[in-house]
Parts: sequence; C-alpha cells; structure tokens
Amino acid sequence: MNIVVCIKQVPGTTQVKINPETNTLIREGVESIINPFDENAIEAALQLRDKHGGKVTVITMGPPQAVNALKDTIALGVDEAILVSDRAFAGSDTWATSYTLASTIRKIGTFDLVICGKQAIDGDTAQVGPGVSEFLNIPQVTFAVGVEINNSVMKVNRLLEETNEIVEVKLPALITVVKQMNTPRMPSFKGKMKAKSAVIPTWGAKDINAEDGKIGQKGSPTSVVKIFTPPPKGGGEILSGSVDEMVDSLVKTLRDRKVC
Amino acid sequence: MDYGFTEEQKMVQELARKIAVEKALPIRAELDETGKFPWEVVKALAEANLTGIHIDEKYGGIGGGTLEYCIATEELSTICGGIALAFAATGLGTMPIILFGTDEQKQKYLPDIAAGKKLAAFGLTEANAGSDAGGMQTTAKKDGDYFILNGTKQWITNGGEAEIYSVIAITDRKKGARGASAFILEKNMPGFTFGKKENKMGIRASATSELVFQDCKVHKSQMLGREGMGFIVAMKTLDRTRPGIAAQAVGIAQGALNEALKYSRQREQFGAKISTFQAVQHLLADMATQVEAARCLVYAAARSIDSGSQETSKMSAMCKLFASDTAMKVTTDAVQVFGGYGYMKEYPVEKMMRDAKITQIYEGTNQIQRNVIALELIKELAAKK
Amino acid sequence: MGIKVINDKCIGCKLCIPACPLGAIKVENRKAIIDLDKCNLCGACPSSCKFNAIEITKEDVHVVDKSRYKNIWVFAEQYEGDVHPVVIELLGEGRKLAKDLGVELCALLLGDADIEKETKELIEYGADKVYMATAPELKHYTTLPYSTVISNMIRQHKPEIVLFGATTTGRDLASRVAARINAGLTADCTGLAIDKETKLLMQTRPAFGGNIMATIICKNHRPQMSTVRPKVFKKAVPDHSRKGQVIKSTPKIDQSDLLVRIVDMIKDATVKVNLAEAEIIVSGGRGLQAPENFKLVEELAGVIGGAVGASRATVDAGWISSHHQVGQTGKTVCPKLYIAVGISGAIQHLAGMGSSDIIVAINKDPDAPIFKVATYGIVGDLFEVVPKLTRKLKEVRG
Repeated sequence: MNIVVCIKQVPGTTQVKINPETNTLIREGVESIINPFDENAIEAALQLRDKHGGKVTVITMGPPQAVNALKDTIALGVDEAILVSDRAFAGSDTWATSYTLASTIRKIGTFDLVICGKQAIDGDTAQVGPGVSEFLNIPQVTFAVGVEINNSVMKVNRLLEETNEIVEVKLPALITVVKQMNTPRMPSFKGKMKAKSAVIPTWGAKDINAEDGKIGQKGSPTSVVKIFTPPPKGGGEILSGSVDEMVDSLVKTLRDRKVC
Repeated sequence: MDYGFTEEQKMVQELARKIAVEKALPIRAELDETGKFPWEVVKALAEANLTGIHIDEKYGGIGGGTLEYCIATEELSTICGGIALAFAATGLGTMPIILFGTDEQKQKYLPDIAAGKKLAAFGLTEANAGSDAGGMQTTAKKDGDYFILNGTKQWITNGGEAEIYSVIAITDRKKGARGASAFILEKNMPGFTFGKKENKMGIRASATSELVFQDCKVHKSQMLGREGMGFIVAMKTLDRTRPGIAAQAVGIAQGALNEALKYSRQREQFGAKISTFQAVQHLLADMATQVEAARCLVYAAARSIDSGSQETSKMSAMCKLFASDTAMKVTTDAVQVFGGYGYMKEYPVEKMMRDAKITQIYEGTNQIQRNVIALELIKELAAKK
Repeated sequence: MGIKVINDKCIGCKLCIPACPLGAIKVENRKAIIDLDKCNLCGACPSSCKFNAIEITKEDVHVVDKSRYKNIWVFAEQYEGDVHPVVIELLGEGRKLAKDLGVELCALLLGDADIEKETKELIEYGADKVYMATAPELKHYTTLPYSTVISNMIRQHKPEIVLFGATTTGRDLASRVAARINAGLTADCTGLAIDKETKLLMQTRPAFGGNIMATIICKNHRPQMSTVRPKVFKKAVPDHSRKGQVIKSTPKIDQSDLLVRIVDMIKDATVKVNLAEAEIIVSGGRGLQAPENFKLVEELAGVIGGAVGASRATVDAGWISSHHQVGQTGKTVCPKLYIAVGISGAIQHLAGMGSSDIIVAINKDPDAPIFKVATYGIVGDLFEVVPKLTRKLKEVRG
C-alpha cells in the first residue's frame, strides 16, 4: 500500500500567554513540534503499512525549518519524507495549502490512501484534509477513530458528536484522524540515527507544477485583518445586589463573553 | 551542565526522558500503590530500541555501553526508581550472556531481549546467602548431558515477569571458589517455578519474587562459561552493572531534588516563599551538590569500564556507595522541604525516600562496598612497593 | 507583494518579536528585520506594532463579479428529519447580517422527500426563502452528493454569504464545497459582522487553541463561507405567522458521487464528557452539604453542556467518584468556564483549575480563598443561587 501522510509543524505551545502591558503574545520557548493529530495520522499509516506492507511517505508544506519535523517522522519509521517549501507559498490559507499539498501528492504519483490529522492546533480549521481530497478528486472520510482495509475496500469508524458512524469506501481515499484513533509510538534510537543521515528533498512551486495564481497569498481567498487577544481574565469582581440581580448580571456577562 | 555526551548518548537521554515523562509519570503513583508491572513502559522502551541498549548490533541491539545504560536508567529513575528497575534488572540478567555467552547462546537469547519481547533477571541471592554469596545452597548436580537444579533464589528482581534467567548454582561444593556455575534458564522450564511476589517498602512497581528449582533439568548447553566459573560470572557481571544501580540512585535523588525545588517556590509561609529562607536554600544547595558529585562519579566509573580498563572494581564500588547514600540523604531532605505534605502519600517524595533505601542494600550492601574499596586501596599500595 | 518593515516608522521597540508565532523577527541596529524564509504572512505582527511600521501588501489577482452575488444562505443541517439546533442560531445571527446588508435570508435544505415538513419551521425562524433539494440519496449526509448539489446550487443562485454550523457534518461539508468552488471559508467562527464601509463579512474566530482571536475577511472570492461554532449565537425567535417561499429541486445524484456507503450508526446513550478536555466544568464542594445535592451541579452543567467536577473533600466523603476530582491530586483542567459551587478554594484545588479562562465562584463565605482567583464571584447561598442561575441560563439559551 502506498500511503501519504500530510503533517504540519506547529509552535510547541498553544498556552500562549499575554503580556498585559503590551497586549502581545508571549510564547515560552518556541520549540516546534509535529501537530499532535498528525502524530496519530503517522501512527495510523505505520500500523497499516506494518499490517499490509507498502510504503509511507510524509509530506509537509512549510518554511525550511519544517525539515526537522520530517526528520522526526523518519525516526518514527516512515519510509520517505518530502519538504514542500517555497517563498511563493507564504501567506497560504487553507485553500492554497490544500491545492499545494494535492499538487505534491499528484507529483509523487500513485497512492492508495492519504491520511491527515483532523486539524492543526494553531489554525484549528480542519479544512485542509477535505480540501486535499477535493483537489485529488477522491472521497474523504473525516474524524476517523478506526480503520480497516480489506482488498482495497476501507471501513472507517467515524467519531461524530454523539454517534459512531461506520462507512465503507473503495480506495483511493483520504481520511482525517482524531486523537482517540491510536497511541503514537515512541521514536526509536535506530530511527533517530537513520533520521540524522536522511536526505529529505525540498520541492518548490515549480517542482510540483503548481499554478502561480493558486498558491500562496495570491491563491488564498481569505486573509487575516486583525489578530487580538481575547479580553484578559480580570481578577475578582464580586457581584452585588440581590440574588436575582447577581444571577442576571452574571448570565449576561457570560453570554457576552460567549462562554456559555 | 555539559557532560560531554556524544550525539548518540544525547539521543539515548532524550528518548529515555521522553518515555519517563510521557509513559511512566502518569502511572507511577498507581503502580506504587498496586505493585502492578509497568508493561506499557517496557513496550515504549522496546519501540525506542532502548531494551537493546547494551546488546551488540549483531544481535539486534544498538551496541551501547555502560554509560548509555546509566544514562537511560538515570532518566527513568528520575521519574520512578521502581519502573526503571524493570529496565535495569533486565540489563543485569542479560550481562552474563553478553560477557560469557557463546555465539549460539547469544543468538538464541539476545535478539528477543533487544526487541523488548522478553525481559531478563539475575538469580544469585538466597535466603542464607546475601553478602555471603558463597554460602548459597542451590545445587546443580551433573547428570550425563544435563544438570539438575534444586534450591530457591530469593528477592529476584523481575522474577515471574522475565522469560530469561541467569542463575548461579553450586556444581561442586568441594571446589570452594570454583565450585559454582552459571546457567541460562527459561520461564516454564519443567521444575522451575516462582514463589510469592514480595510486598516491599519501595520500588513497588518492580516485581521481586523467589525462584524455585525442584529437579529442574537443564541441558549443559545452557551453561555460561565453563563449569566452576559461576562466582567469576557473578562478580564480573556485578562489576559491570553496579554503575547502573548507582545511576538509579542518582536518578531517584535528582527526581526528589526537582520536586523539592519546585515545591519550595510554591509554598508560602510567614508571607514569603520558603525558597527565600536561607535554611531551605542551604538544604537545597547541599542536595544539588551531592547529586552532582554522585552523577560525576557514576559517569567516571561508566566511562572507565567502557574504555576497557581492567581496574574498575574500586570505582564501581565507590560510585554505588556514594550514589546510594546520596539518594537516601537527598530524598530524606526532600521530604523535609515538603514538611507535613512530604509525609503524605499524595505527594511524590515519600515514595522516593522509600525507593531510595534499597539502593544502599542491593547489588552489594554499602558495607561490602566499603570492604571492597579498602581492600583495593591496600592492594594498590602493596603493588607500588 | 509580501511583508516589509517601514524603517522610518520602526523604532526597534521589539514588541513585534513575541507576537510572531514562528520567531521570524529580530531587531538589529534598532530596526526590525523579518526573516522571509520563516515568515508565512499570518498577519500577527502588523497588529502588534504600535507605530504601523509593518506592512503586508496583497496582490489582488482573482476577479469575480461580486455584484452578482446576493443574499445570505444558512445550511439547514438535518439528521433523520430534525433540523440541528445550530441552524436556529444561524438564522438568528443571519437575520442581523441580512438586515445590515439589506438582503434576504435563505435556508438551504437537503434530504429525501420527507424533509419538506421542515421548511415551515425554517421560515418561522426567519428564512425568507428555503432552497430545498431532495433525492433519496440525500437522506443521510455523505460528503460528495451533498457537496455536488450545494456547489451547483451556489453556482446557480450566487449567494454572497453561506453559513454552516461547525458540526462534524458542517466542517466536513463546507471545506469540500469551498475547495470546489474556490470560495473563502473561515472555520469555527464566534463572531460575525458586516463592515460598514466595505460591506465585507468580518469573521472572528479563535486560533492557537483559543488563546488568540483572529478576524478574517474574504475580499475577492464569493461566496464568503463560514462554519459557526454551535451555542455561541442566540437562537432566532420564531414567528409562527411568518410566510416564505420554498424553491424545490430534485437533483439527480451521479454514480460517481456515491463512493462512500454508510454501513452502520452506533448511538451512544451515555455520552461521556472527558473532564480534562471539557470546555465548561461545574464543580461541587463541601458546601453542597450532602451527596444528593450534586444534582444541582449536574443540572447546571447539563444546561450549559458542561462536565461535572468535584473537590477532594466530596470525593473522599464518597459523594461522587474520583473520576470527577479536580485538583493537585486529581485532574488538572483548563476549561473556558469553571464554576465552583460551594468550594472554598484550598490551594490544592486551585492547582488543578487555576488556569481556567473564566472562573465563577459561588460560596457563602466572603473570605473563601476561591474569591481571590475568581473572575466573577457571588457571595450567597448556593441553594438559592444555583437553581436561579440554572433557570436563567435555560431561559436565555432557549
């Protein structure tokens, strides 16, 4: 089986603190990690390969330092890794990212299954998996918590809000996976040694035959106009008034703050 | 602090630390309470290739030495000395095969240990033979191409959970120091059963039980080295693995120090964090200095062994003596820093203090270590004359 | 195109450095320098600069005649004939947006022939038109048939805005449709507004796990699409006399879209809410006085979709199982809202929930330490406050 896994390197912490004086973000130690859901995606791919034989290729679209995330996947046991990086990709929203990744997969050639993590913990959109499927013109099955393959037919257990939906689809297809799918394995010493000397190619826009108007900022329908920090917690406001008044005031505040 | 690790040693440290924090930390309290065996951690160690840390690449390991073994043991012990022991004791049980095994024996046993499929254990101690190993009573009587084992080994770490056992038994009592031999035994061999699992003060995540031999018939191909080499096998094995136990002690001490430091920065009394009190600061400073000194002694001993030096007994004994005494002192002091909370099972340090005690006793009591060091000193002096 | 630092304006104050999630900015010789190899044009730093010294320029390439796109559509997600509650919230918010733009609010309803009965409800909740597409294959949601039908309908009728609930279905569907029709899609919105000048839909949503908020626009592509977080917007108020138009269609579903087959649906009667991941937690402490009073906590939690937590004292007393314990020796939680009912706030408890976004404390002791960390505190009798709070929340949430 030829499996392609799409991963993203994300900042190592979402516990971003706010400097109250400057109202800017403070990240403690910007170490980068593989997006946690993508670790589950890699594990799913490795388990399928170990069971059915085949090859696992990991790709990521990112800045040059994303190659470190790919090295970490080699340490986990994937067969090949490719970095898709080009200044032309800067400013990509999910549409352009999906197009870029799909173009990369098309360049790789034949594949049976594409696996993505449900969402990235920085963007939190969960849009790239379906986007990639659309550009590859293959069916998608999202929120997978279990996967079985028998003779090119894949059975997927989807974790919906209150139900588990079991679906069947013929490969090739794409799935996005949730945390509950599996427990990612530890990287191995032998894997880390292999990763040290691994050669990971970098493909640019031209290498993947990407159309200029569909990548990067130019290809992105959406753009960010503002980033701000939500109002800080604030300290100890003791409400006053009668019980009814306090309850009304609290409910209004909580609703205004969109917490419940 | 930079200990001059190679890249590979740093990788070992990173992997061991990752496993300790991600897999051992969430379960250490539960395992201390229930005494359940940490199979999930063993599985993670296997995935990371750390179960093959000191096994040659030829047999599926990663060909590391004593220092790598100490680094991994220390990282695991920083989180839990008991869980670390499943790993460290396998190293002990495997060492006789590594040092004295024939190629066939190595081919037969080492790959499964390297792959983490099987654990190992070392069977030397008996009810009446602790420090006085020579007083052991388990016999291996020759019977044609076989040896029949009878006797009981006591307090064997990984007993019952391991598949592979390196056991020392008396083959000819009349030969004195040359009267014992070493054998490789496997779980489920007829005549080989286990006694009760001990209920211990500390390192409770580690399994400790009796090995019971009743007319256990073992083929001569299972013998390690030649007949009569039993005590040498035991001695050489322990010399090599003693720094590993010392590393366990360093890890336990470091873990306790980490907790005490963190706590002192949180706890407030008299309107200030207790970390601002000189009494506490001095305590922490002494703890940290002792741990660092113990660590350096362990690494020096490990490096000496790995360099192929033949004169490792004194260093080996020193590092075990110092590290274990340090662990006991530092964990006791850590409980002190925590005050009343330190005495409560909900906080991690009382466990660390209970875990530390055994390091002063097993792998050769600290009294025996002092004997060894003194004798080495005298030997060295005599050699100079 | 791209990003640049306007050196004349930059004073090297370094405010932008921590704002960059990729560490792409450094300050040398009192000027900010952006490493273009690391920068991904996310837009965080211009917002952080007090001197407007960072500029991101965008080249407008895509051309679509935006004037041909009109009206706001709400995807009326339904399951087994019942419209999902989020649809009512979207109709409520959608009505405001429609008013601001002076356009119609329409519902988009897909299903088999039986769903026609839902059109009345949609109109009563504010839809001026209901675009209803029926086919037997649309009875249960699968991606491709729905995506094809919706993409075709959007191409045909050209709505300027399409809203979906950010449910598993909505997220699965909207992203496929947006990719197909080259529309801009913003996920999990918690705020929607029409900009008075540009008339663009300003979509606000959380990122970095909710630690920052971003406002997104879709300048040149149409429609502007959003998935909207459920339970954020107020439900629309029904008007049972309201009339509207139903535009029916019976699309033919192509075989090539019928690739995924639903084999089984397993309903889970007891939905387990994982305490450590819950976004809302209501916890009870010793102030509840007796185990049966946990019912008050459970009711409040139920109304706002929260998990039930407990202090150590109540767990030790056997009032509730230890799975619910929050604290230093229980679980550490970090929800958006933590309501502490009858909990004194011992340091061991605070260690487990202190980093919650908003903490509400209800306790009759004004000196209880919990009030020191609470965002909002009510000093009062929980037996009076909690039922009233539950009732009021039930009321406003509809």
